[in-house]
Formats: sequence, C-alpha cells, structure tokens
Amino acid sequence: MPDLLLELRSEEIPARMQRRAADDLRKLVTDALVDRGFLYDGAKAFATPRRLALHIAGLPARGKDVREERKGPRVGAPEGAVQGFLKGAGLASLDQATIVSDPKKGEFYVAIIERPGRDTLDVLAEILPQIIRSFPWPKSMRWGAASAQAGALRWVRPLQSIVATFGPETETPDVVPFSVDGIAAGTTTYGHRFLAPEAIEVRRFDDYVAALERAKVVLDADRRKDIILHDARDLAFARGLELVEDEGLLEEVAGLVEWPVVLLGTFDPAFLDIPAEAIRATIKANQKCFVLREPGAERLAPAFILTSNLVASDGGLAITAGNERVVRARLSDAKFFWETDKAIRLEDRLPKLDSIVFHEKLGTQGERVQRIAALARELAPLVGADPDLAERAARLAKADLVTEMVGEFPELQGLMGRKYAVLQGEHASVAAAVEDHYKPVGPSDRVPTDPVAVAVALVDKLDTLAGFWAIDEKPTGSKDPYALRRAALGVIRLILESKVRLPLHSQIGHAFQELLIQNAKMGMPSSYKEYPVEFVNLTAAQEKFSPFDRSLLPPIQAGATEYRVVKSAESYFFNADLVSFFADRLKVYLRDQGARHDLIDAVFALPGQDDLLMVVRRVEALGKFLETDDGKNLLAGYKRAANILRIEEKKDGRSYEAVPDAALAARGEPEERALSDALIAARSAASAAVEREDFAGAMQALSILRAPVDAFFEKVTVNAEDPALRENRLALLNALRAATREVADFSKIEG
Amino acid sequence: MSSALHTSSAVDLAPHTSFQGLILTLQRFWAAQGCVILQPYDMEVGAGTFHPATTLRALGPKPWKAAYVQPSRRPKDGRYGENPNRLQHYYQFQVILKPNPPNLQELYLASLDAIGVDLKLHDIRFVEDDWESPTLGAWGLGWECWCDGMEVSQFTYFQQVAGVECSPVAGELTYGLERLAMYVQGVENVYDLNFNGGTGDDKVTYGDVFLQSEQEYSRHNFEAADTAMLFRQFTDAEKACRTYLDAGAPEGESGRHRMAQPAYDQCIKASHVFNLLDARGVISVTERQSYILRVRELAKACGAAYLKTAGGGAA
Repeated sequence: MPDLLLELRSEEIPARMQRRAADDLRKLVTDALVDRGFLYDGAKAFATPRRLALHIAGLPARGKDVREERKGPRVGAPEGAVQGFLKGAGLASLDQATIVSDPKKGEFYVAIIERPGRDTLDVLAEILPQIIRSFPWPKSMRWGAASAQAGALRWVRPLQSIVATFGPETETPDVVPFSVDGIAAGTTTYGHRFLAPEAIEVRRFDDYVAALERAKVVLDADRRKDIILHDARDLAFARGLELVEDEGLLEEVAGLVEWPVVLLGTFDPAFLDIPAEAIRATIKANQKCFVLREPGAERLAPAFILTSNLVASDGGLAITAGNERVVRARLSDAKFFWETDKAIRLEDRLPKLDSIVFHEKLGTQGERVQRIAALARELAPLVGADPDLAERAARLAKADLVTEMVGEFPELQGLMGRKYAVLQGEHASVAAAVEDHYKPVGPSDRVPTDPVAVAVALVDKLDTLAGFWAIDEKPTGSKDPYALRRAALGVIRLILESKVRLPLHSQIGHAFQELLIQNAKMGMPSSYKEYPVEFVNLTAAQEKFSPFDRSLLPPIQAGATEYRVVKSAESYFFNADLVSFFADRLKVYLRDQGARHDLIDAVFALPGQDDLLMVVRRVEALGKFLETDDGKNLLAGYKRAANILRIEEKKDGRSYEAVPDAALAARGEPEERALSDALIAARSAASAAVEREDFAGAMQALSILRAPVDAFFEKVTVNAEDPALRENRLALLNALRAATREVADFSKIEG
Repeated sequence: MSSALHTSSAVDLAPHTSFQGLILTLQRFWAAQGCVILQPYDMEVGAGTFHPATTLRALGPKPWKAAYVQPSRRPKDGRYGENPNRLQHYYQFQVILKPNPPNLQELYLASLDAIGVDLKLHDIRFVEDDWESPTLGAWGLGWECWCDGMEVSQFTYFQQVAGVECSPVAGELTYGLERLAMYVQGVENVYDLNFNGGTGDDKVTYGDVFLQSEQEYSRHNFEAADTAMLFRQFTDAEKACRTYLDAGAPEGESGRHRMAQPAYDQCIKASHVFNLLDARGVISVTERQSYILRVRELAKACGAAYLKTAGGGAA
C-alpha cells in the first residue's frame, strides 16, 4: 500500500510550538482523509526547528467505488417532479433511469449513480493546500512580495519549500501535484543549515529520514532529546558531576537544534555564593543551558551544559568560550542583584509596593499588604499561629517583588523573599511563610504546614477572592484570568490538610471589611475610581445593614444622610455568592478524590454549611453509614416515607408538618407507637451528636430507627379510615424525614 | 596627494579590530545589496526603528531598501559608565528591506561572515522573539539571533506599523553594534573596544569617546532632567503633532497629506521625552500606560497621514 511523505520546510519555528504543530498536522491530514473514506495503517508526524514532516503509511491508491440508488417519482408524475429528480441525480434524461415496479406503489423511476473511487493522489492534492492555508498556528505571519496581496499565505515563519510524495514502496512515488502561494510541492529539501547546505532529493519516508540523517538533521524530537540527555549525563559524569535534569528545558532545547552537539562550559566558583535557584534561573531562562551539581548534593557545581547546533571545526572550543563569556556576564548581573538586594531590608522596601498596581480597581500591592497583614493577625489564632508572627510574615510577604532579583526572574518570587528574610534574621516561621504563602499553587503543589505560613497563605487567597468578587470579576466558563478557582482550591486544601476550622462566611466577611475600611480611610483613591458604588440614604442603609456593617460604610461627608456602598460588597451581605463558589470548588475537589457527588449535595443542602472541614467529615460519615445495612435500610425507609408523603401531600394539596401527636399514636397500632417513641429519641440523640460534631454518632443514633420504620411499614396502613389517625401517621413520616435532616438531606442521595 | 595622507599604517579598519571598521564593513555589505546607506536621524530616538526611513517607509506599497547606523538613547539603561555592558546611548545598525527578499536569512548570515564571524566555528541560532513596540503601534514576528549563546541581532518581519497592516511586509535587521564589536574584538568591557583601529598612541577606545558622556547623561537622566520642562515638552510635542497633521491634511477626497513627516518628528520627540520622564521615576505605573497610548495615537495618526503621501504610495 502506498505511503505519503509530506515535509513543510520553513525558517525557524519557535521551539514551544513544534510538538503541537506536528500533532495538528497529523490530525488534520488523517481526519481529512478519513472524512473522505480513506483509511490508513499508521501516521506519525515530526518537527525540527526548520521543518514539519508527516508520514502516513498504508493508504489505498484510490478510494472505494460508490454505488447509490436514488428513488424518483412514479412513472407519469408531473414534469416538475421528473425534472427535479433528473437534476438531483445528475441524469440527462429519463432514458438513463431504471423503472422499478412495486405491487403497492406501482411503477417508479430509480436512478443508479455510480461514482468511481477517486485517486488518492488527487484527493491529497485537494486536502493538503487547504490544510496548509488554514493551519492553526498560535501566531502566524505574512512575508515577502506575496504579502502585498489579500489572502496571502500565513505561516509561523516564511515557508520555504514543500515535499509531498505518494506511492508504493517498490516504485518511484508521485509528487502530489499542488502548490501554495507559488511554492510547488516537489522532492527537494535541505539538510542542516551550516553542516550540509546542499539540496537533497528525497523519494519516500525511509530514504528521507536517512538522507536527513546524512545531512545532519535528526528528524525525531524525542531522539534529539535522548541524545542531549544522555550526552549531557555522560559529560557531567566524566567530570564527576551530576546533571540537574529539567524536562521543560530539555524539550525546549531539542526544539532549538537539528543536530544536537552537547558541550560543557565552566564558570568562576566565586559565583556559587549566589543562591542556586537564581543561578539555575538565569542559566536556564537566558542561556537555555542546564546546570550541574556535586553528586548527591544540593550544591551546584561551577559548570553548565550547553547544546549547540554545530559540529564546529575546532571541536567546539569557540562555542564553549562564547557561551562561558555570556554566562559570566549573566552571573555577574545576578551577583550584582543579590548583593544589592541584601543591602536593603525587606521592610524598607514596603513603600515601593505602593507604586505597584495589583489591579486597577483593587489598588496597589502596598494596600493589599495592609489588608492581608490585618487579616493574618485576626485569623492566626484559628490556625494556632502567633498573631504577631503572622502579621509580620504578611507584611514582608510581597516585599521581594521589588527586589532586583525577582524583577529579573519573577519565578523566584517568594523564594528570594525567604532568603532575604533569613539573612536579616527573621523568625524561621516568618521566613518560611514569605515563601510558602503562595502555596499551594496547583492541585499537586505542596501545602504549607507551619501555622504562620498557613495563616498568611489563607488570607492572601481570601483577600484575592473577596477583592475580585467585590469588583465583580468572577470566573466565567473557561475564563479565569486571575486564577480564582486555583485560589479557592488552595484555600480548600489548606483547610482540609491543616484541619482548620474556618467559618467561611465570617472570614470572607472580614476580607470584605478590610477592603471597605481601606476604601474609607483613603477617601476615594484614584485606584478606586471605577469601584462600582451606589448611594443609599441613611434609612435604606439602616434597613440593609447591621449596625456593625453600617459603621464601616464611609459617609459621603460629615453629617451626610447618604452612604457610599460598595455594590458588590452589598451583594455579599445578601447572597453569599462566594461561599457557594467555595462549595462548588469543594465538590469538584471531593469528586476528584472519589467522594460521591450526591452525598456532597446532600450535606450542602443543609443550611449554613460554610465550615469546609465539617462538611467533609459529615460527607465521610454519611458515606460510611450508607455502606452499612442499617444505613441502606434507613435510606430505603426514608425513600418510601418520602414517596408516600409526596403522593398524599399532592392529593390533599397540603403538607403534614405538624408534630405527631404521641397520644394519638398510642391509640393506634403498637408499631406506630414504637416509631413515634423512637423518632423522638433518635432525633434528639442525633441532634446532640451533631452538636458535638460527632457525625458518626449522629448516624448511629438514626440507625435505631431502622427496625421501627420497617415494622411500621409492615404492620401499619398509613391511609387509615380515621382521618385523624391518617393525618398523624403522615406526620410521623414527616418526622422521619425531619430526623434524617439532622445529618443530611436524604432526598439528594441516589440509589 | 600622496598615498600616505590616505592611509596610516597604524590604523586597521578590519571589522574585528575597530568599532568603525565593523560599521564600515556592514555599510559596504548592505550597499552591495542595493541598500541606500543613510546617516543617523538627527533626533533623539530609543531605537533605529524610530527613524522615519524604517517607520514611515515600512508603510504603503513602495519597495524600499536602506541601511544606517542609528545612535539610540535609553535613558533608563544608564549606569554612570560603571557597567561593562549597559549604556544609555549606544549604536544600532539598522537594515530595512521592503518587501523582504526570500533569502533574507542567508543575507544576514553572509553579513556575519563579512564581519568575521566564521560560520563553521560559531553556533548561530534563530531563537523565537516576537517584537512589539507599543508606542509605535507596531509588531512583527522573528528571532533574536544568537552567536554562541549571545544575542547579537534582532530579525523581524514587520506585520504592522503605526497601527497599519504592512503590505508588503518589510524585513528588519538590527545589529547591536557594541555587543557585536565586543564579540569580534574579544573584549569584556565595552569601554575597552578599539574604536578607530589604531595601535599604541593612535588607539582611541570606546571609553575615550563615550565614558564621560555616559557619566554625565546618567546623572542627567536619573537626577537632573527638568521634569516640569519635560512634562511641558510632552504636551507641546503632542499638540504640535496634531497641529501639523491638521495643517497638512489633504484638501478634498483625493488630495495628499502635506506634512506627515514634520508631524512624525513631534511623535518621536514625545516618545523620547516620555522615556526621560520614565527614567526620572515621575510616571506612576498606571500613568505609564496612558502615556504610551498617547504616543501610539500620534504614531497611528502620522502613519495614516503618510499613507496619503507620495512616499506612502498615494495616487
């Protein structure tokens, strides 16, 4: 079966786009073929800095013939219908149609349309230019004289040539006949820019790969990665060192070379005074080089690995020397930053934060630090942290944003702050919190454990969330530009992993209050110009807000009868939207952990569920209870009771929420009396257990209902003749429903 | 005249022995490619791109090839002459080819060869770098060109300039001359560069020429520049730009604009004044954006005006 070879050779493709582009090319071409009924055995795509290539093996030489019967009008049908049929079926006259007779419908026309399968070559010539023209590059460009024309070809960088051949292994393949913007597909390509500048003729994939290899191009990015990794390890090993591996960097470097040549450079050991992370950051970000360390140690070695694209005539001496020179200059800069930064204490940097805008509607980083310092102090006792330390840590947490080092390498934020904090003799917990308050950054990131870090990490995220809620910048759909979902997940993980009791309503309230207080203190700073506000008069404010909340509202002027109210903060007071956002994130989190979503819903359906730790404990207890026989049976009994109630309540057009009359129950069946007694006992025991936050105990308390409920349904007819008895029995069922609500809303539980 | 008056045996103008030799070599190379060799624009600019020979000539359909040295000022980069790599005033060698020829990468590599970078010995790489000038309303795609890990040039295919889609696209090459010279001369400190190729007493270094001015201008840029005056100048330049654009505006539908270039000079002026104010630290982060936007509006208006001139291809 024939194969397709496609190569799109261009000027240098950005490393970060190569892998995705190869995948897209494979998918687009194979999908287009499959859509047209062409199946294949296998397809693989490749990328180097200067080419995308695709090999599709085992395509048919031509498509399948298609035979289609199209039913037409009956014989003798009006002219209009006949003409329509002929036109639709592509027939010249009725002579070309067949007449079929049917015992019921009589005689009618049938057109038999036979379409021979198309040559794959022609189909490819149709598909490939379309795909090239609409290729989904993240960023594309026009170039050259052709760019003066509307609709000029766009590519990631100028496209230089196209190889496209199709044919079986045993014969010379055909060139797929197409061209795009004057670039005709052919069989000529070029190898390495410097090592093999001559043109190469290729026929099919096998000789293409071999020819490229001879022309110093390793087509497969994974092979280039392998070569770099192994050569780097070997070079390091030969020097008694160890490579600090970095998958992201490896992927990038493999996208910068067609023929990797790995070299080792060195630098002055005096630079090792600079924090290792900063050395690594500058050598990686600016030079795309790997760092090395002493075997088994954290300490870096004064050497680095560079990957060049050239087998140099001097064996790489000039290249190594040149790279060493640049690394030296970079490290000199880093050393300068480190020394300069050390000379200024973190607290002395705080005024500079006042000129860094956090968000135009939420003020500066300086204002933010004021807020989180106040919040951290307040929250500290809840997590067992010292309030003074928590406040101190919060004050210093953002100071490193204005250091030279973080200015140069933003990814070192927090980490550099910690180093500077240690150097200036801060308490170990404070220094740790400066780094860890950003954590956890993602679902797999480490959660801090030091109470001071936990406190600052929590308030940092709560302030962010409250702030963006206040200015109505909530995540919508796939859009979450401020990573608020991640912040909420961070809060959830901090609470659950540190086992913190944190009533979210009041904590979010505090965060809002800090925003309001700041707004009040500063009058109307420019950054608040677009803060959504409305004016309410005094009477309305008194109706809407508690005296405490009201005390936070800044009067327009002394003696004024109007208050300026932050609109979205107002919305908080009424709908607790943010708490329900947390509930949603918690559901996602627990579902990922394997919890049943219906159980989570059953717990959240209860009022006032804003203590996430308790919610999770309750869900766990409920899950365990429902795995027991008692639990299963009680759930079945609940469902039966709820069904009967639903039907009867609908029939009667009323609800049965009255407290069951024990005396009345005593007059009825013994099972009825037993259930009545059991309900009173179980409900009060469950309620008391919930009070003690003993959710397993509460479930246990409810489990005594199983036998009386079963007996009740077995012996007692709910719909008694006596209306008083009937009403009381329905009230008993309602009491069962109410009792289960002590632990969860059973109506949300499935099964 | 005797030949002794033409050349001095003490002066070597090879690209790897003198700064000016490097410049002369690049000029000769690009002149051979048909470029107009221009002289620097006579105004303070932040980069060679601001020269109207690039910004304005990149607009419209007319072909254009030019190369020139442009002294560039980045007030914030001043280091009082104490940093071996950073200068508030430095030279860029700028090449603009519209439309870009299909072999622009090869031409660029040949120019490196011409200045003595042996391509069999050095690792030249084209590393993604998408260029954007918010003040000029311009962007393009291209690369930083690396030589043994050091960025020596910028290579850009202009896609948009002054808010206008380039049609056709121009290719722009910018050589960082000091850096390149340091590399080919094998010098670690910019002030040690041999400027004139002389030896012994005849040698003039980059430091001889520029060290004092780096010190003086750093002082000026960071400490002394009269901010009240600069704020006034910004407003004046902005106003003047608008005035000239209005005064030169075409009469009637098919008329040509008659003062696009003088207006653009005021845009350049505003941009440099903004850079000075920024270096003085008197523009807050929030204001910064609005100043950039104001300069961009001027650049866009000038670009639109230029398209209505003969140079911009107006009928």
